[in-house]
Amino acid sequence: MNTFAIAQVIWWVLLGVLLMGLAVMVGMDMGVGAILRYVGRTDTERRVALNIIGPHWDGNQVWFILGGGAIFAAFPLIYATAFSGFYVVMLLLLWTMIMRPIGFEYRSRIDNPAWRNVWDWALVVSGAVPMIVFGAAFGNLFHGVPFHFDWDMTSYYTGSFLSLLNPFAVMAGVLSLSLSAMMGSLTVMSGAEGAPYQRARALAQIAGLVAIALFAIGGFWVHALPGYQLLSVPGLGVPQTPLQQTVGVGGSWLQNFGTHPLLWLAPLLGFTGMLGAVFAARAGRSHLGWWLGAGAWIGVIGSAGAALFPFMLPSSSDPSMSLTVWNSSSSELTLLWMIGFAAVFVPLILWYTSWAFWVMRGKVTEDAVVHDEHAY
Amino acid sequence: MINGTVVDLSRIQFAATALYHFLFVPLTLGLSFLLAAMETVYVTTGKPIYKQMAMFWSRLFMINFALGVATGLTMEFQFGTNWSFYSSFVGDIFGAPLAIEGLMAFFMESTFVGLMVFGWQRLSKGQHLAVTWLVALGSNLSALWILVANGFMQNPKGAAFDPITMRMHLTSFQQLIFSPDAQSKFVHTSIAGYVTGAVFVAGVSAFYMLRKRHMDLAKRSFRIAVLFGVLATIGVVTLGDALGFVDAKAQPTKLAAMEGLWRSEPAPMPFNVIAIPEQSEQRNIDAVQVPAVLSLLVTHSLTGTVPAIDTLEKRAEQRIENGIPAVEALKALSHDPQDASAMAQFDAHKADLGYGFLVQRYAPHLSEVTPSEIQKAAKDSIPPVAAVFWSFRAMVGMGLLMLAFFVLATLYSLRDRIQKKTWILKVAVWMIPVPFLADEAGWLVAELGRQPWTVYGVLPTWMSASTHSVGYMAFSLIGFVALYSVFIAVEMYLMVRAIRLGPPEHGGGDAERPLSRPTLAPRPVPAAPYGTKLEG
Repeated sequence: MNTFAIAQVIWWVLLGVLLMGLAVMVGMDMGVGAILRYVGRTDTERRVALNIIGPHWDGNQVWFILGGGAIFAAFPLIYATAFSGFYVVMLLLLWTMIMRPIGFEYRSRIDNPAWRNVWDWALVVSGAVPMIVFGAAFGNLFHGVPFHFDWDMTSYYTGSFLSLLNPFAVMAGVLSLSLSAMMGSLTVMSGAEGAPYQRARALAQIAGLVAIALFAIGGFWVHALPGYQLLSVPGLGVPQTPLQQTVGVGGSWLQNFGTHPLLWLAPLLGFTGMLGAVFAARAGRSHLGWWLGAGAWIGVIGSAGAALFPFMLPSSSDPSMSLTVWNSSSSELTLLWMIGFAAVFVPLILWYTSWAFWVMRGKVTEDAVVHDEHAY
Repeated sequence: MINGTVVDLSRIQFAATALYHFLFVPLTLGLSFLLAAMETVYVTTGKPIYKQMAMFWSRLFMINFALGVATGLTMEFQFGTNWSFYSSFVGDIFGAPLAIEGLMAFFMESTFVGLMVFGWQRLSKGQHLAVTWLVALGSNLSALWILVANGFMQNPKGAAFDPITMRMHLTSFQQLIFSPDAQSKFVHTSIAGYVTGAVFVAGVSAFYMLRKRHMDLAKRSFRIAVLFGVLATIGVVTLGDALGFVDAKAQPTKLAAMEGLWRSEPAPMPFNVIAIPEQSEQRNIDAVQVPAVLSLLVTHSLTGTVPAIDTLEKRAEQRIENGIPAVEALKALSHDPQDASAMAQFDAHKADLGYGFLVQRYAPHLSEVTPSEIQKAAKDSIPPVAAVFWSFRAMVGMGLLMLAFFVLATLYSLRDRIQKKTWILKVAVWMIPVPFLADEAGWLVAELGRQPWTVYGVLPTWMSASTHSVGYMAFSLIGFVALYSVFIAVEMYLMVRAIRLGPPEHGGGDAERPLSRPTLAPRPVPAAPYGTKLEG
């Protein structure tokens, strides 16, 4: 492998890390939003739940923005093709996502039950829908997406909105939602007391068990879906377009696991994390459970990435035009510069994010929420 | 080929969502600095009134910030959803500053904004001050990287087209970030944000002084704002001049449109103060001119000239003719990347590839292109003159108006007579919308003036959109308009309400209130919440 190919693989891994960061950090906030009306029955209980993530959701959301920016910078063809192809779904994601900052910031500024009810529902929808879309987008990769390119690399998406909601994708969407509900519940447990704490504790276990079941079903299901193989490419680490390769469809997506048995560690981590988180929630160990849940996300996303590699966006209508690590990345120079920036700033981000959580540690009490002018 | 209506709808959607986003960003840029300044005075002098000021203005800051963040999400994804050809064509260069913005700036701004709001009781004075400064620094670095990306669209530096991958690739990262367009735009735009913040704080403070409410807070806020404002307005005018100088070289069509220059003239060129440009007749129906001033303004000399639209169209025609073989060679290369003669033809003509694309709109089969199609495309190379001309004058006029206001307000404020000058306080309240309108006008000059290109001289707008149906684009546009209309109504309502409520009376305010969370409560769970393993 030459430097370009190595840089491409490094960026593939980095993109995976950013998506894991997104799933863990945004997922927990989305989870809190999605379960808001269940864990919090009274206005004050809901405010407690919101204020647990209050100081952090803004920073966490940047994982989502950075995810978009990183795909754009490192794999522009994926960014262009996937975001335009998944059009209606992307709009659904955006329209619900942009309700969130406003929901957080504006909800508690007016003391009126109808006003707060509307924003509570906005937070529920803007928590649940994006996580379903996030999972469903991943699910669609295993089916392939109907798109092709013109001679000048203009992309055409030929499917409909509904074709993106196939059963496998919906299952992946629900898996993603249940994992984030589990993480949201563990987060509420860590900051709340009394009734919301108990409700969150019960919900964390249920959501975790649903996630385990769906992840297992997904594993068997993927086994039955035809996988993609690169039959010919201009070369690895060679500048190229998807018009210059041939791809075969058949066999299984689990082929990579057969060639490299170590990859089984990823699904193992997924299952262990989920199961561990369920037990931790049961035992009231919310922080331990949260870390195990983060491990579960890493395992689940890692499994999907490992199964798909080197494919990133398979085309179902013209498989030879599938986008891979090798044909959809930026140039070597861009990738190397971006590796440099990521190497400096990702550790820095993790460090000051940790500090922010450390500063704001502790329980959020009902009394404090009611009396603080700045509280959500 | 992409449907023209789809391109138009995509442009309307981009302009609408970007202009909307740009209502909130400048205030964030300016207000974050003012918050940091107020808190710095608090920490250095220990006077609690400055803490009250920082806390009060930060409440208004957050109402604005929420919508800035929400509408920024749309921008980050819109390139991919609506402009997919653009995204794959220049993602190699354009995506990098966007990603760096997230890594370096937006993460910092957003993480620390949470601590700025919730951390008053948890952080020491010095720590909280540092956090506030990091928010201001983050929002400004954010602007830097976004404008580096935008600078590339205005004047593509540090990149080349690769006929094998059919997209542009980076050739020099240094050239990309140190592009003169990017640098002068960054300073001009971020300072415009400071002006916006200053006018906002001055206007709201004047509102209180007129009603004799919160006098101490209002007077002090007003003074900080106008001092900051007078410096910022001088900066914005100076940098605007520098930007015009850069544009004169890099984007002659934008400059010609800004000045309504239809016919070339010898130096020193006269300046059209007011004119009614008519694009179809290529002339100004009426104009008020000042002799020699244009040469002075844009070339900083009496002997300099800038090309007018007649000359620029002639140049475009030549470049289109030269660009046609480049596009044809590219087609051959897409079928056979090894084709040496096609590669040689491409290399000979590649400088004008973009102009070849420009005429493809009228002649999809370039071998059959007619002279009239070339002329039509050459006419396209000129942006909409009247719109750019008037946006530019609106921006400059409002800039000078704000400068005059700030100079007067500073004089009275420093002599401590401002509370008696009710007329200038009333003007201050009426000034609040002005910087926002000036910011929007500035955006229009920059981006309408860039037309017909998404990347100047390289990629025409008509090619850049996604291949959606008209129905999809209408659907998304309607959705955004509906959602954004509700948001702005809610935002304005909350902002006005928070201003009317004002800061808590009787001194102490928030500082006296119970703690938001127990400072260090005994906890039943292990001391480290998520993410704190790195600590200690």
